[in-house]
Amino acid sequence: MTRTRIACLGGIYNNYLALESALNDIRRRGVDGVYCLGDLGAFGPHPDRVFPWIAEHGVQCVQGNYDDSIGNELDNCQCGYTDPRDNHFAQISYDYTLANTSEPNRRFLRQLPREIRLELGPLRVLLCHGSPRKTNEFLWESTTPTHFLSHLAEAHQADVIAATHTGIKWQRELARGKWFVNVGVLGRPENDGTTHVWYTLLEHSTANRLQVQFVPVHYSYQRLAREMRQERLPEEFIQTIETGWWTTCLEILPSKERRRGKY
Amino acid sequence: MPFSEDLPCAPEVALSHLDHLWFQVGGTLCNLTCNHCFISCSPKNHNFGFLSLEQVQQRLEESVPLGVKEYYFTGGEPFLNPDMTAILVETLRYGPATVLTNGTVLRDDWLHTLRDAEANSLYALEFRVSIDGFSPETNDPLRGAGTFDRALRGVQKLVEFGFLPIITAARTWDIEQEAKTVEAFVNRLRAAGYARPRLKILPTLRLGAEEQRTHGYEDTERITAEMLRDYDCSQLVCEHSRIVSDRGVHVCPILIEAPDALLGATLCEASRPFALAHGACSTCYQYGAICTNPSSAVAGN
Repeated sequence: MTRTRIACLGGIYNNYLALESALNDIRRRGVDGVYCLGDLGAFGPHPDRVFPWIAEHGVQCVQGNYDDSIGNELDNCQCGYTDPRDNHFAQISYDYTLANTSEPNRRFLRQLPREIRLELGPLRVLLCHGSPRKTNEFLWESTTPTHFLSHLAEAHQADVIAATHTGIKWQRELARGKWFVNVGVLGRPENDGTTHVWYTLLEHSTANRLQVQFVPVHYSYQRLAREMRQERLPEEFIQTIETGWWTTCLEILPSKERRRGKY
Repeated sequence: MPFSEDLPCAPEVALSHLDHLWFQVGGTLCNLTCNHCFISCSPKNHNFGFLSLEQVQQRLEESVPLGVKEYYFTGGEPFLNPDMTAILVETLRYGPATVLTNGTVLRDDWLHTLRDAEANSLYALEFRVSIDGFSPETNDPLRGAGTFDRALRGVQKLVEFGFLPIITAARTWDIEQEAKTVEAFVNRLRAAGYARPRLKILPTLRLGAEEQRTHGYEDTERITAEMLRDYDCSQLVCEHSRIVSDRGVHVCPILIEAPDALLGATLCEASRPFALAHGACSTCYQYGAICTNPSSAVAGN
């Protein structure tokens, strides 16, 4: 099958309402494949409500650190935080998600691949969670040099590397027509004071170039917030959904990304 | 003597990839004489010299084909080096830069220049300011009389210029006191006008002046091959870092004074494996990711 256009979803973080909106939007636009780059769980309510949407739309998934942890019932999410303040809230989210993910869904997460390779026109695309070399590596825009990304593309024999994990979308064109794209996440807004979330369309154009389109996803965030309250999830998480500002797991942010936020 | 008791069979760790390139840009010269400094920096310690802008430029070029991810600058006090501002401006053309400072010598004109350079760069400029207690009473016995207030003024100045400095503190308190100490730190910084304080707590390294203040490493505090079995070696600084000084390229910022830590003249020469023969390696092993910024550290996986 020759693909020319695919949709990439970043971390879903239990946000099945945003997932539903994104998949409906993708269906309207038409693509040759839908891929999730991992972390189906975390943060939001009712983990099991994500999986029927994944199955119905044939979304192919990469295993994120959260999926590995939930699938294998590990002690923590392996998010890669080092600050105790970040880990405090990460653990609340993880314990809730682990307790509310069914065994069949854990089995599904357990068997996911760590990367997916495909061709988009002539472009060799590598889909991964954090980076091609480490599932929970954070590749922030402000701390990732272009020559480092070129090294990754060369070492992993890819023309396009797509990843997620940081929660904030960005893209960069590298030398010799190669690209790195962080596809953003569906799970929570990206710390910019707006309530929508993002997915990404990757398209091989006739000019033999990659076209990257970040697509905003509007969904019923009020309903998500209501359900999070009913599930007694931390008010800090709900505030993020309602305001678009991150209130937790802030210590992991480099200064440039942190300054753009409110907290 | 901290470097004379090496074990003959210390396990080696290979450099997986040169992620972090450090520069001993301030040599061992410092305007302060902290009594826990692991390389005993002081106003009179010229053991290591400054790196010039030209020397740093050469290493930055050398780092590009190696795919280096981040650049760190330490000393001594880096801002005693007259080239420091120019070095950071140049580095921000290549990648993210982090400078470790005591915060007591920062000048407005330098910060103007650096603020503009960061705004015009894709990359982040991070300041790490060393303060070792949340009050003069806890900090000054370690870092010198008046240093708490001077460093706090430095933090305030950085915040006024829009930076978000990472306050770095060596853990000189009991681990049981950690939560209370961190809370007191955060409250003190907020009271000083730093609304969203960032903190990094480091273990002490029982080398240099700290060896005199407390005690050095015991012979038994060494890493064995058995200890590395099933251990995530990416937690070790030497697995992903090297440091440039005026003498050459060393394995890590902690061991620059150890003769066996000087690995070569070039980054490529210095990419060879390193034997974990030092007591300080056990601190790195125990705590992991002790030198990197929170945004770069990766735990496990």
